[in-house]
Amino acid sequence: MGILVDENTKVVVQGITGREGTFHTKQMLAYGTNIVAGVTPGKGGEAVEGIPVLNRVRDAVDMYSANASCIFVPPPFASDAILEAADAGIGVIVCITEGIPTLDMIKTVKFVKKCGAVLIGPNTPGIISPGKTKVGIMPAYVHRQGDIGVISRSGTLTYEVVAQLTRAGFGQSTCIGLGGDPIVGTSFIDHLRWFQEDRETKGVVLIGEIGGSAEEEAAEYIEEELTKPVIAFIAGQTAPPGRRMGHAGAIISGGKGKAEDKIRALKDHGITVVLNLGQLGKATLRAFEHNEHIPKID
Amino acid sequence: MKIHEFQAKELFRNAGIPVPSGKLATNSTQTADGAKGLPGPPWVVKAQIHAGGRGKGGGVRVVNSIEEVRSATDEILSNPLITPQTGPSGQKVRQILIEEGLDIDREFYLGIVIDRKLASPVMIFSQAGGMEIEEISATHPELVLIEAIDIANGFMPYQARNLFYALKPMPDKGMLKELSVIMTRLYELFISKDCSLIEINPLVLTKAGSFIALDAKINFDDNALFRQKEIAKLHDPFEMDELEAEASRYNLNYIRLDGNIGAMVNGAGLAMATLDVIKLAGAEPANFLDVGGGASEEMVTNGLKIILRDDRVKAILINIFGGIMRCDVLARGVVKAAKEIEIKVPLIVRLEGTNVEEGREILKHSNLDFLVVKDIEEAASMVTKQVS
Repeated sequence: MGILVDENTKVVVQGITGREGTFHTKQMLAYGTNIVAGVTPGKGGEAVEGIPVLNRVRDAVDMYSANASCIFVPPPFASDAILEAADAGIGVIVCITEGIPTLDMIKTVKFVKKCGAVLIGPNTPGIISPGKTKVGIMPAYVHRQGDIGVISRSGTLTYEVVAQLTRAGFGQSTCIGLGGDPIVGTSFIDHLRWFQEDRETKGVVLIGEIGGSAEEEAAEYIEEELTKPVIAFIAGQTAPPGRRMGHAGAIISGGKGKAEDKIRALKDHGITVVLNLGQLGKATLRAFEHNEHIPKID
Repeated sequence: MKIHEFQAKELFRNAGIPVPSGKLATNSTQTADGAKGLPGPPWVVKAQIHAGGRGKGGGVRVVNSIEEVRSATDEILSNPLITPQTGPSGQKVRQILIEEGLDIDREFYLGIVIDRKLASPVMIFSQAGGMEIEEISATHPELVLIEAIDIANGFMPYQARNLFYALKPMPDKGMLKELSVIMTRLYELFISKDCSLIEINPLVLTKAGSFIALDAKINFDDNALFRQKEIAKLHDPFEMDELEAEASRYNLNYIRLDGNIGAMVNGAGLAMATLDVIKLAGAEPANFLDVGGGASEEMVTNGLKIILRDDRVKAILINIFGGIMRCDVLARGVVKAAKEIEIKVPLIVRLEGTNVEEGREILKHSNLDFLVVKDIEEAASMVTKQVS
């Protein structure tokens, strides 16, 4: 179990011949990800790490039954790559690429939804179901298979949180980075719903940040729909207004998107909020250790 | 990316959106000459800086004689302009826009932004123009009208009707066509130039019966500048802090803050959370610096040099969790910077993630004096120790 990806997921890597594509193909293979093909238009017939390179995603679906894609294509061409994957019938599309124009993503997200595919990202570290598969760039060694679902808007911050969870004795069912851009394929609420339905997931850690109102919407959804415990962390408590903090989405503008408002909304809806990142593992331990449904790992 | 009002108005003019006639100037002789060639008095003298709230800071003056044009210009140029958005030290004004004054009947707010939740552009229209839109939303939410725009169809005439017929009192029915044209052109501009925000506040209805964009604000999507070469040229480096401008040349995301703990982190989320940790440890961060997901050795070196050029910095915390970025690349960049520039402040390094062992080895064998810590908690207590 876990959500969206598992040991049966067959991955095609788009942009496999590029520097990052090749490096992370190697890393994913080392983790045990079942990469069935790579795609780089014009380089069909080559191979990377023993993986056949094709010209079209369609061929990866027809010839190798690929059902997930991991995209390392540069920003000007990434939107095309996502659309190609969705059109070819890929079910889970993970777009690592950072820097795709927002207007491209508005059109792309719409088309992906029409195709019935799930888009993770763009500007995401990807998705990992520890012990089963990883479709993305996260350092695998910090993860352990277990019961906690992790959803985040960030990349490296997620690694930090996961490392602390593992150290505190909690493995993860699936960890997802939604992506740091203003327009991304999935929301906290999508994943909360899937985690609620997933039998393996016993609790959820939600990592938000300043900007937008996704955390507030998630807070409401959690109170109404989730029976599983949720712990939240919000980055950017000390961020100055009006300055874009790295992520295109992370900006406090017009008094909206402030960390304190998000923290208040989460608390008001009965969710445990950890304020200090250094304490996250310990706080999770306190919240979950007496929960009989969440056994600790060694 | 932000641009100045006069640049935004030039884009409006080219797009067929009416703006007041005006001239750009850099001194009072030029503004006086400019005024003589414009209808008026009255004239309006407007400081050209990116920060909003210029009116509140005295950066927008309505004047009635050439002498007043001169004195208003000199006053605005003589001191940094302090507005609610500039911070306490203000922003130096280098350019002035002198414009004709208009006889105003009504003021509206008209804007386009991307709504994240709807994943679409939205047109925002309000009859409470002149006020900040956030203020209108808070005090008179019923006066904020929103039309989500389907990107496949574009802004449609029915949407202009939806907005126009909601006005109370309604302007002369004949004005609908003019407003509809402005809205459509504004949307086309938004899409064709990859904008992230356009605001006309106020859009005025003159007593003579025309809609005119009295102010103009446009922000662009940085991610799209690769295909907006003409827009990219409008960038004004003088609007940035010196160190921020330098950082942007190296593709580094650096924001200067008020404290004394320098920070270099990979990834925006972790960078924000690290600043929070510094603050919770009782110290104040001197900067936000995200070296990015795939930073090169050179970017790390340059990033560290920029932090070190800030003489308020008393200690530096490097917090790297390698993913797409590898710890060995970071370590080599840090060591290289340390060889090129003397590091006189304590350097606290926390490394984790991809190739972490190689990274730690490189630091160990560099003969440089790093305080290597194993986790965020230890990093925080080390920061506290440095400032106390």
